[in-house]
Amino acid sequence: MLTIKDFAVSFRTRRGEVDAVRGISLDLAEGETLGIVGESGSGKSVTSYALMRILDAGGRIKAGSAVFDSRDLVQAAEHDMQAIRGREISMIFQNPRAALNPIRKVGHQLEDVLRRHGRATRRDARAKAIEALEAVRIRDAEARYDAYPFELSGGMCQRVVFAIALACGPRLMIADEPTTGLDITTQKAVMDLVRDLTRDRGMSSILITHDLGLAAEYCDRLAVMKDGQIVETGPAAALFADPQHPYTAKLVDATPRPGAGLRDLLPAEARTPLADHVPGGRALVQVRDLVKTYPAKSGPVHAVKGISFTIREGQSVGLVGESGCGKSTTSSMLVRLLDRTSGDILFDGFDIADIPADRFVRDARRSRIQMVFQDATDSLNPRHSARQTIADPILRMSDLRGSALAARIEELATLCGLPLTLLDRFPHQLSGGQKARVGIARAIALDPKFLILDEPTAALDVSIQAVVLNLLADLRARLGMTYLFVSHDLNVVRLLCDHVIVMQGGEIVEQGPAVQVMDAPSHPYTRTLLAAAPMPPAATAAAPRSAAE
Amino acid sequence: MTETTEVPGRKPDGAWAHLLHVLRENPVTMLSFGMFAFFLLQAFFGALLVPHDPLATNAANALQPPNWTHWFGTDSLGRDVFSRVVVATRLDLTISVLAVAISFVIGSVLGAVAGYWGGWIDALLNRVLDTIMAFPLFVLAMGIVAALGNTIENIIYATALINIPFYARLVRAEVNIRREAGFALAARLSGNSHFRTLAFHIFPNALPPMMVQVSLNMGWAILNAAGLSFIGLGVRPPTPEWGIMVAEGANYIISGHWWVALFPGLWLMLAVFTFNLMGDGLRDIVDPRRRT
Amino acid sequence: MAGRARAIGMRLAQTVPVLIGVVIISFILTRALPGDPAVYFAGAMADEQSIQQVREALGLDKPLVAQFFLYVGDLAQGDLGRSISTGQPVLTDLAARLPASLELTLSALLLSCLIAIPLGVLAAVRQGSWIDHLCRVLVTAGVSLPTFFTGILLVYIFYYLLGWAPSPLGRLDFIYFEPPRVTGFYLIDSLLAGDLETFGATLRQLTLPTITLALFTLAPIARMTRAAMLQALSSDYIRTARAAGLSRGKILFGYGLRNALLPVVTTLGMVFSFVLGANVLVEKVFAWPGIGSYAVEALVASDYAAVQGFVLAMALLFVTLNLIIDLSYALIDPRIGFDTK
Repeated sequence: MLTIKDFAVSFRTRRGEVDAVRGISLDLAEGETLGIVGESGSGKSVTSYALMRILDAGGRIKAGSAVFDSRDLVQAAEHDMQAIRGREISMIFQNPRAALNPIRKVGHQLEDVLRRHGRATRRDARAKAIEALEAVRIRDAEARYDAYPFELSGGMCQRVVFAIALACGPRLMIADEPTTGLDITTQKAVMDLVRDLTRDRGMSSILITHDLGLAAEYCDRLAVMKDGQIVETGPAAALFADPQHPYTAKLVDATPRPGAGLRDLLPAEARTPLADHVPGGRALVQVRDLVKTYPAKSGPVHAVKGISFTIREGQSVGLVGESGCGKSTTSSMLVRLLDRTSGDILFDGFDIADIPADRFVRDARRSRIQMVFQDATDSLNPRHSARQTIADPILRMSDLRGSALAARIEELATLCGLPLTLLDRFPHQLSGGQKARVGIARAIALDPKFLILDEPTAALDVSIQAVVLNLLADLRARLGMTYLFVSHDLNVVRLLCDHVIVMQGGEIVEQGPAVQVMDAPSHPYTRTLLAAAPMPPAATAAAPRSAAE
Repeated sequence: MTETTEVPGRKPDGAWAHLLHVLRENPVTMLSFGMFAFFLLQAFFGALLVPHDPLATNAANALQPPNWTHWFGTDSLGRDVFSRVVVATRLDLTISVLAVAISFVIGSVLGAVAGYWGGWIDALLNRVLDTIMAFPLFVLAMGIVAALGNTIENIIYATALINIPFYARLVRAEVNIRREAGFALAARLSGNSHFRTLAFHIFPNALPPMMVQVSLNMGWAILNAAGLSFIGLGVRPPTPEWGIMVAEGANYIISGHWWVALFPGLWLMLAVFTFNLMGDGLRDIVDPRRRT
Repeated sequence: MAGRARAIGMRLAQTVPVLIGVVIISFILTRALPGDPAVYFAGAMADEQSIQQVREALGLDKPLVAQFFLYVGDLAQGDLGRSISTGQPVLTDLAARLPASLELTLSALLLSCLIAIPLGVLAAVRQGSWIDHLCRVLVTAGVSLPTFFTGILLVYIFYYLLGWAPSPLGRLDFIYFEPPRVTGFYLIDSLLAGDLETFGATLRQLTLPTITLALFTLAPIARMTRAAMLQALSSDYIRTARAAGLSRGKILFGYGLRNALLPVVTTLGMVFSFVLGANVLVEKVFAWPGIGSYAVEALVASDYAAVQGFVLAMALLFVTLNLIIDLSYALIDPRIGFDTK
């Protein structure tokens, strides 16, 4: 029903014309779900925007055709495109709350679309809008009709966006990273809904995502894009089992999946042996009945409701949970940026929770506990070069100066795989992976014993993530650090951690050895989490790392 | 285990090279800096270079239209308008630069403290700023100068006071946004006290948007001082100042002697225009993200 | 809804300390004036004894704090003192002259909105086109123009050179009578009285000062409209609307402009404050009998009761206006009062 041939899109930028899509060809059959996967900059989103002809001002379709039902979308007049959009082809985007008009009721936004395409008159618009809301399984649709986007949760907003997309009965739906930023369970609910509804109505759909696992689970066929070109297409299982193109192989390898170990994420030539790390027996960090309560206008918020756990020297502990479970609050307290309400945090036997956060800055122990932050863009000072960023903790907490300081910075950079020539660059001149390395170098500058990693790879492309995870494992072995790895991505946690703590609603629902918690969970919530995580097809090539399957 | 870098390592621009790059990239910036240099020249060397003594009166020569001896004509007391206009540059620039500098410093400190620590300090500052801004600002300046007296220092203080709220609000907002940013927290983890984090990590990031405000304010400050002089609350005659000269010339424009008011007004406009244009350029120089 | 009511309540409560601050500042301003207030209040011709009588009558021999409470007490009764120059209570003077300033200010704001908002919208929609550049030049030039200078220039061109405008001597040429006072706005009053000639004459006198002020206010309004439109149009929800096939008009006005108007409304409040200040200068140029020229005359004549009353009145007017704008913002924007981040 959709045939794309030699499609090319370019953008006019200050540096001249940039080709975002360089001639791709695709076929989509009736009722089929196609996944377009690729890393950032691959041109996958641009393709969909160009198809719908909603490119930004500087973009244009350079060449090619996109025939939908014997009509070439590239040549169609704007007037005709407006009739097609929303009625025959519709699109949903990421960041659902931002995708809705903030000052307009949700129901009214639905009505706008219905009336535009002649699917409702002024009289029955309200009823039809409520119907559309019910179709996406929103409970209490009548009440929700009058809601504003800010009153709804992220998942609910995505359903509304989906309702708008489905309202006029389109035949093709394009979903551009629809679940990025959503919790795993919400993600599963939304994707299941999308799959069910498109299947029920016999719609074709295109899912654009960077998550290979997600695409594998929900799509019939995948197309892999790199640098504006399609390198391979085929059914998901085939792509995973026997990738033809080296880039596909690289992507498949880099995707954390059952049966693959850390080294298996890397391309074959980089798979140096992984040093064993043996967790010592001594307890390094002991948390006892930790509580954090925030005063708020509508009553106190119990972020953390009394949790206890122990981290032994050399261990890597994963802390998993969805948003609002209290894991970020816990890690903030552990790293002493936040004061607890009650409870103990014992580090090397000493209760560091007794020292208020403001004073801990000067404490001798400050350099022993460090943190790697989530979003490397946010965690690097835009005005400081990489060198200055790495130097800061050394200047503040040690006596190293001059050439000794410079030598140490270069040593750290090399340790983290950061080319020395990049040291004088500013964050905006570095790539995502390079910024992550700077953040890690800064964190290990003073040889901390305990490193807390707050979703350090969440914002990275999957191939870069593979590299960074391996870097973290190597550093752990070399420097003998203990890790607390906070993440929502269970597959990643499985790779790096030997112990896992699962949190929900401010409490620990389950904790234990990773193998046990992941493969034989006892708590229902853990089971829900594991079931919701998209599971790529298991690795067959590499030697299986985990026992059970 | 390194990734391939996309751009071959080119040593990034130093400060000087960056300045030149900014000037070259945007012709408007270049133009505005050029005009600024023009005004600076007048401020520093004007008194030495003008053809006539700006204070010398010559009743017989009063109200002469522009001619070869007097390029801008003469005013009601026979003084050379051109010399007066050029010499006035120093006074007007001094007033605006000093006023803006004072309000920048005070406003930044207040705003930074309020934005970082929040709580009652923030609430107090907001109420104080609201109170200052409750007065139509020009009227407040009028009131202050009237109360304290018609001296140049008081004009500077009044102008500084009414501009403080803009900086305070701007800095407060910029600091507030970045208070919980990763790099601010990382600075704390690196052993920086609250004060160091605020002063050396967070505040410098607020500078680019402030530069735009600074240049706008310089323009306002000049307009302010000129306006005050226009209604008789500013600089006193016979000191040459653009506002006073326009006021003096206003009486004669009805009778057709346009040059007495036009030239000082034109110079005033150009100076303010220059500062407004400079805003974007200043911001680009200070913002490291503009470095390629 | 409760969140909204609470937010509105808090906003009202915030005005209280500001009002207190305003009253204190106006008090200090006058008490800080150099010299002996009693001398000024007694007038130029008074001798030592009458000055002392005035001093006692005004309570100036009492301690400062007691004076403050007397002042506040007077204020509560609406007594702003008596002007030396006019001999009238300051409140009466202000009430008589306020409509003139308001008529001028509101006309200027209306005119500049009529031009600036469409200009800003067009500039945002056609970025990079000639209209965008025109808008940017206008904005920068407008912000640079000193109002008193533009006023004078306009008088020179349109009155002296071209003879189109009437002489800049106030609201109405002296051959006409004021229309019977209903609102104080001559435009409205003359229409109400059915006097079209006076209406025309008022309009003619109003033209140049309105244009002068409007030129000044054009710039910030156009700039803010353009910026707000650009921001709104590049938002995600516009992308959703486009992808859903909504018509250009609906997207631009129904979705884009409505969202963009919110910050524009806030700017209007700021602009009004500026204009109240700029009013002073324009009123002087055009001999407009408003409160601005009242203040200048009072300052020059050292009529301190009048100055004090003027400053206080302006501040109160401004606080009220901002309150109204914030409250209407709270009504337009459904997000106010909600615990959003």
